[in-house]
Amino acid sequence: MNTKTDSNADAKKADRPRVLLVDDYPDAREMYAEYLEFSGFEVVEAENGMEALQRAVETSPDIILMDLSLPVMDGWEATRRLKADKRTAPIPVVALTGHALAGISEGAKKAGCDAFVTKPCLPEDLVKEIRKILESSAANRKVRRSGKYAKSIG
Amino acid sequence: MAVGAARRPATKRNGSAPYTGVPRVRVAVEETLGDEAEELAARVRLLEGFVGRGEIADAAQLALQWLGNAVGITQSICLVRLSGDVSLAVVASQGVGGSAGSFNISLEDWNNPLVTALNHRKQLFFPEPHATADRKRRPSTPFEDAAFHVVPLGVSGFSEEPFGLLLLGGSAPLPHELHWFTSVFGQKLDQILRQEALTEGDRKQGRERSLLYSIINAVSDPILLTDTEGRLLIANSRALTLFTATEEESEGRRSAVRMNNMLLSSALSSKAIEETGAARRELLLVNPIDGSDLVFELLSTVTEDPRQGSGVVSILRNVTDLRRASEEIEENYRKMRVAEAQARAESDRLNLIIDSVADPIVVTDAGGATSLMNEPAERLFTIPKGASAIEQRWVQSNDAHFSSFIAGMLVSADQRRVGEIGLVEAKTGEPMPVEAIAGKILSEHGELTAVVTILHDRREAIEKAKLYEQLKQASDELERKIQLATADIAQQNELLRRQAIELEQASALKSQFLANMSHEFRTPLNAMLGYTSMLLQGVGGPIEAPVKRQLGRIESNGRHLLTIINEILDISRIEAGRMPLQVSKFRIPELVSEVKAELEPIIVRSKLSVTLHVAKDLPPLFTDRQKVKQILLNLLSNALKFTHHGAVTISATADKRDRTVQLSVVDTGIGIAPADQERIFEDFRQLDNSPTRAYGGTGLGLSICRRLAQMLDGRISVQSQMGRGSTFTLALPTKGRR
Repeated sequence: MNTKTDSNADAKKADRPRVLLVDDYPDAREMYAEYLEFSGFEVVEAENGMEALQRAVETSPDIILMDLSLPVMDGWEATRRLKADKRTAPIPVVALTGHALAGISEGAKKAGCDAFVTKPCLPEDLVKEIRKILESSAANRKVRRSGKYAKSIG
Repeated sequence: MAVGAARRPATKRNGSAPYTGVPRVRVAVEETLGDEAEELAARVRLLEGFVGRGEIADAAQLALQWLGNAVGITQSICLVRLSGDVSLAVVASQGVGGSAGSFNISLEDWNNPLVTALNHRKQLFFPEPHATADRKRRPSTPFEDAAFHVVPLGVSGFSEEPFGLLLLGGSAPLPHELHWFTSVFGQKLDQILRQEALTEGDRKQGRERSLLYSIINAVSDPILLTDTEGRLLIANSRALTLFTATEEESEGRRSAVRMNNMLLSSALSSKAIEETGAARRELLLVNPIDGSDLVFELLSTVTEDPRQGSGVVSILRNVTDLRRASEEIEENYRKMRVAEAQARAESDRLNLIIDSVADPIVVTDAGGATSLMNEPAERLFTIPKGASAIEQRWVQSNDAHFSSFIAGMLVSADQRRVGEIGLVEAKTGEPMPVEAIAGKILSEHGELTAVVTILHDRREAIEKAKLYEQLKQASDELERKIQLATADIAQQNELLRRQAIELEQASALKSQFLANMSHEFRTPLNAMLGYTSMLLQGVGGPIEAPVKRQLGRIESNGRHLLTIINEILDISRIEAGRMPLQVSKFRIPELVSEVKAELEPIIVRSKLSVTLHVAKDLPPLFTDRQKVKQILLNLLSNALKFTHHGAVTISATADKRDRTVQLSVVDTGIGIAPADQERIFEDFRQLDNSPTRAYGGTGLGLSICRRLAQMLDGRISVQSQMGRGSTFTLALPTKGRR
């Protein structure tokens, strides 16, 4: 899958926004990945928080979809680290969780999440949400990109 | 020296002149011849010696010396009975040593031969004793075992008793000259004794006179002797103060004395007229010292004195105090009478009281005999007339019990005694335990005079005590039961508390479990719905119409399942207190439009007209907008679901008085029976409980709505008529949560 994503990324890198999708449940992750690519996004996948940190630094996504209940390192901790890292701090993080009890969204906001989406969330609804967030921060996207390049060059 | 020389002529005389009591004249004649001249000279010497000797001891001593010189009797003792004495005492002694001084003879010792000799005027001779028997017969004298003569001394020719004895030592017969000597010596002693007795008598008379004066002066009553003319002859000191006064005394005193003399002589003269010898009368005099009145009783007696003539002896007895005393006695007597009357009244009242007391009272004397009892006591202790044998026995038994109690009281030292006596009712024989309270009554001298006993029937008290005991037992039992019950309740409370904790924990666990479950449900459901949606959108390529219809079924059932899961989750969140409120200020019209818009697809499908009636003056709400919306969505979707034809109206009005806003959803649907109108708010409650429900839904919607309304301090109510439709109203405070 990663291979496929990478090839997709290679093919349509220029005009397609890149999404880092973090979820340990393969069916959900692959479903969203398939639909996101179907909807015109470049998708980078990660199975846990640790991997997410790595991928975020490597690929500099435009947006990160973060499941909260994750093995190795959970979504809250990963988000905190992403927001603490200058390189990844500007990237909007959308918490994506099946947990609906009170306090979860609060905890997610504290950790640094920019938005909160409750599963189940139909793929098309998720895409609508991502587009909304990306549009609101469209102005900043180029800056971040250039930053990334600068880094790569550097 | 002289003794030896004197003996010889005495021996000579013994042979020639035996002692026979020859008259003095003849002796004087004989003395004129030869030896007789010498004898005569000796006699003259004795007589001369006696002249002028007034003391017995002097005369006796001279006489004894003369005996030694003239007659040759050298050992001699003279004993004389002095006046008023009952013994003979030694007045002089010669040649017998010092032991003679303390020697005397008691005249009351009749067995003494010396006393016999005196009484019978007999001369005796005691030779030297030869046997023990001889010694016993001898009187004890300073001569001891030596021979001696006893010669009585007296006045010869007179009938008077001898007054003395001469004890003369020696065994030779007495010379005749001794006869003359005893006669002369006896006369001389008699003369001296008589002289002494005479002076003694004079002295005695003087003594008696002064004694008499002191006696009459010692008498506190005035005593006086007056002559027949009333002149004062003798008066004691008391009388003198009343009847005499010197010139130096005060005028008042002298006039009082004059007055007294007048009063006395008038009393005596009137007494003299009566001439009854002795009379008593009252005489009022004045006390010369202080002028106070004195009342005397005058007792006068006429005395006949042959030498002095007759006189009157008067004794005045001061009865002033006596009069006063007698008046007092009279007064006291009167008081006593009054007191007696009072005591009698008191006693009557006491009897009345004793009789009126319901408790038996018995008064017993010191001997244990009953002296008084009241009527209740009589019923117990006396046998009534015509009593049967058994009744008599009951009374006797009572008597015996009481007597033994009293006997115990009498022997004990206690002043009071309280005891229990087992008596019986005299009429019925019913046991009658009584409490006996006995008290001793003592006289002023502490002697027991009576015992008063009060008997108190204890039956009622015993009955009460028994009842009280039963009551107490019952009460104790009750208390014990209450304690048990309380302990039980406490235990159950504790159990309940624990159960409550367990339930709370279980409830928390349940909520947690449901939260976890819903998460676990949703994860696969998410994938299912997601892929279904993707297939329907043709992500995997175009699909046939029947497949599309089938996928639609999967999707709608999946959504239903999701709804159920969401609602369960909502309830568990509310119950676990983990449904946070997000309060904001918002306007109602926008909210209502939003709700209608959200359900537009269903409204279109139902073909019902949904109208909005929103008042213009609605205030903004300040509460959790999302929850209000959730409630309205639920109510509207229910209305659409249960209404087959007609219309659904959403109205919003404000009640300024209550400061509430009413949001109502009115339908023309199937309606709800009154009995069910409350039940529809319970969990999982749909009125149609059949397995294939016509209306779908989870049955949790209204339950959640009510819970949410409560969270917002609002309430949901329903009005409905079967077949006519229902109105659900949500009332919310305009101020929102405090």
